[in-house]
Amino acid sequence: MMEIALTDMVFYLFAAVTVASGVLVISARNPVHSVLWLILAFFSAAGLFVLMGAEFLAMLLVVVYVGAVAVLFLFVVMMLDINFTELRQGMLQHLPLGGLIGLVLLGELVALSSAWYFGEDVAKNAASPTPAIETATNTEALGQLLYTDYIFIFQTAGLILLVAMIGAIVLTLRDRPGVRRQNISAQVNRNPNEAFALVDVETGKGVSLPGKKG
Amino acid sequence: MTVGLGHYLTVAAILFVFGVFGIFLNRKNVIIILMSIELMLLAVNINLVAFSTFQGDMAGQVLAMFVLTVAAAEAAIGLAILVVYFRSRGSIAVEDINQMKG
Repeated sequence: MMEIALTDMVFYLFAAVTVASGVLVISARNPVHSVLWLILAFFSAAGLFVLMGAEFLAMLLVVVYVGAVAVLFLFVVMMLDINFTELRQGMLQHLPLGGLIGLVLLGELVALSSAWYFGEDVAKNAASPTPAIETATNTEALGQLLYTDYIFIFQTAGLILLVAMIGAIVLTLRDRPGVRRQNISAQVNRNPNEAFALVDVETGKGVSLPGKKG
Repeated sequence: MTVGLGHYLTVAAILFVFGVFGIFLNRKNVIIILMSIELMLLAVNINLVAFSTFQGDMAGQVLAMFVLTVAAAEAAIGLAILVVYFRSRGSIAVEDINQMKG
């Protein structure tokens, strides 16, 4: 009997769960279920990252994707009151074309990976070789690269996130009618002469105050 | 057979194809389309990290981090556009969106 190492078994487990939940993301009837399967796909992909020794990216995937992006999706799906059965109509009509393109794409990827190989001196030409695990952990190695060689694109990534944040706020912010807000300049500019008036009220008669209707 | 680079590339390729397939399958539902794009970006990330590990080159993981950043920004902006569109039209059917062209 063939012996299978534990890491290999774990790989097959995570790979199967990733692919299966990927299928369920696109085929689930309820979009809420789709989001939950997406979370599972991200989580098991993070497991694959751990197997490959990229622990920092794995944790980043869990924190950013499972913690933020997937919850954002869930939030939007639940917030919008959408008739999803209507959206699913005509779904099978695109199945043949989508299946054909998917098959062609898969065939191309298989052809590419079977014809492709590493050159002899490719390992020597690494842009930033991975340090030995005794000298630096994955997180240390990534940090040392990120804050030195790749500082410019690191800051660009921060800028992209800032633009995305401002863009999302600008897009979704709206002025609601009927909301009362404090207008500080109007309060400061109040003139005491206009703010109150002394009125002689005759007995048995009402008085109409200036500036107040009704 | 020990697990090597090819295994990870296979998983990523299958995931990518399902992402493309999902876009065709759910042509009307923008939320699922956005999720399919996230799946495709995840497949790309698996590829990058796999090459990075099996080549001993950290640059791939740095690049994967930036793909992650762009994917997060894309999801945020896409969902914001979706919310605005839903507010104005009361539906998220993609086929209605071409009414926006001038």
